[in-house]
Amino acid sequence: MAFALNAEHERQLEDILSRYPNKMAACIPALHLCQEANENWVSEDVIAFVAKRLDLSTAHVQGVVTFYTLFNQKKPGRHQVWVCHTLSCALRGAEDLVKHCEKRLGVHVGETTKDGRITLRTAECLAACGTAPVMQVDKRYHENLTTQEVDRILDRLIAGG
Amino acid sequence: MIKLTNYLSHSYGKPDSHKLSAYEAAGGYRGVRKALGMSRDQVIDEMKKAHVRGRGGAGFDCGTKWSFMPKEVKKPHYLVINADEGEPGTFKDRSIMELNPHSLVEGCIIGAYAIGAHAAYIYVRDELHLSKERLWGAIHEARAKGYLGKTPFGKDYEVQVYVHTGAGAYICGEETALLNSLEGRRGEPRLKPPFPAQYGAFGNPSTVNNVETIAIAPTVFEVGGDEFSKLSALHGLNDGGARLFGVSGHVKKPGLYEAAVGLTLRDLIYDLGGGILGDRQLMAVIPGGSSCPVHLADEIVNSTDPRLEPYNGKPFLDLPLGVDTFRNAGSMLGTCCATVMSDATDPVLALHNVMRFYRHESCGQCTPCREGCGWIERILNKIVDGKGSIVELDQISEIASDITGNTICAFGDGAAQPALAFVRKFRKQLEDYVHTGGKSQTGRLTL
Repeated sequence: MAFALNAEHERQLEDILSRYPNKMAACIPALHLCQEANENWVSEDVIAFVAKRLDLSTAHVQGVVTFYTLFNQKKPGRHQVWVCHTLSCALRGAEDLVKHCEKRLGVHVGETTKDGRITLRTAECLAACGTAPVMQVDKRYHENLTTQEVDRILDRLIAGG
Repeated sequence: MIKLTNYLSHSYGKPDSHKLSAYEAAGGYRGVRKALGMSRDQVIDEMKKAHVRGRGGAGFDCGTKWSFMPKEVKKPHYLVINADEGEPGTFKDRSIMELNPHSLVEGCIIGAYAIGAHAAYIYVRDELHLSKERLWGAIHEARAKGYLGKTPFGKDYEVQVYVHTGAGAYICGEETALLNSLEGRRGEPRLKPPFPAQYGAFGNPSTVNNVETIAIAPTVFEVGGDEFSKLSALHGLNDGGARLFGVSGHVKKPGLYEAAVGLTLRDLIYDLGGGILGDRQLMAVIPGGSSCPVHLADEIVNSTDPRLEPYNGKPFLDLPLGVDTFRNAGSMLGTCCATVMSDATDPVLALHNVMRFYRHESCGQCTPCREGCGWIERILNKIVDGKGSIVELDQISEIASDITGNTICAFGDGAAQPALAFVRKFRKQLEDYVHTGGKSQTGRLTL
């Protein structure tokens, strides 16, 4: 079924378009908006929709989608967990946290739990090195992590929606 | 010498510090009033006097950069703020956006006025959701008060500020990649020239400034350019004022510290940072983000720059952190956020970690960088597994040298520099991996 935005999201898209001198500049913000409205992934329908709305070719939009890490080209879990494993976090135990998460969730990095609830990923530098180790869960940062704290966070995700 | 300041950080740790009321109660939006009372040229001159060296890593003088914009405004000019912070080890801009967003908004008005722009775009990396929320909040508050809009502070000079977001790509911190990304394209760097001041955002004259560079502008006008510059111990080297210093890794008190320029790595690690975790010895430090060369604890300054003569023969840790002091001592200041490694760190694993980052983040546009970063990582994969050879170890330096200077943007050099420095300074440890699988190394990055 073709993708479309609801009225509130359409209003947000109009607001985004009003910020720029041309429509193309809205490409990335529009893709974010649509991705969120499409269970956090960019399908071919989403690409076609954005291309049509912004008067771009689907090839251009596809090119943008494939360039950036945060556009999901497959449907992820309901929650997305990124554990930063770049140097400052690694110096404070990030690699152990990654292994801990893999064990706790029963998945490897890049995979989603069988119930479709959580996708585990590693991140390259989340710019929170002074409070390492750090992970991002959906839109929130969790800093100065310990394995106990990670367990509490994952428990809440597993128990919650 | 440590001279702590709080121009940007006065609000850190205070409740509601991101709100307009708190910002104004602390004296906010006074600098912009002074700036708008001056002519455009006077604003640029004042900024030049302050010697604010770009805080994003390149260290270019902010006032000079502003002066490159065409005097006559024939097409719309744009101010673009680089808030795509993501250089490993760097974490200062986020604190400004989350805890003191109005300083950036105020700075945007000053910057836009100085370069003849009526619109400023703040390009924030997507992961920083709280930063975006706080910036939009600050923009809405400033608009409601009339500080942003048609007549900021009664001046007939429209300024609008917008938050734009990326989608996860370190390369978009490179200014021309950022401009492409702002325009809705893949974030691939552009060839220079033309420079952004001639052909920037949407093909129009543009200036790209770092968050901290713009956020400190209100302070410059509040205290005066000269006065601000003289806070710095390196005022004589045209490296003025105060800035945020970060320290992360194996220190007891990692975090951000705001201080006058002139601080040394020793001050940052042992005084502000509280010393090495577990009271271990310092092995090495990367001064300002992972693109900078790594330095051993016992390195000695040996510079041909006559201005650095007083530091020659003295420990590198005692060299004041400045753009030119570091550049002319064979290093790079970068973002002034140091990553500290104790003697428990396995330097081969540290290099492997850093090079994995560059392989992941190379945009793929230029062959030497795309192929070279991948090649170096693959060699290091083998070395870490104890399956590498001395020939391959030597290849790392060759590949890195072949990347240097052969790419469109500075990412290539930024990826090559750590490889070259680690291989030169930790040759023994790398050879140990080749010969014995790293038996004498710790095999750990954590303590």
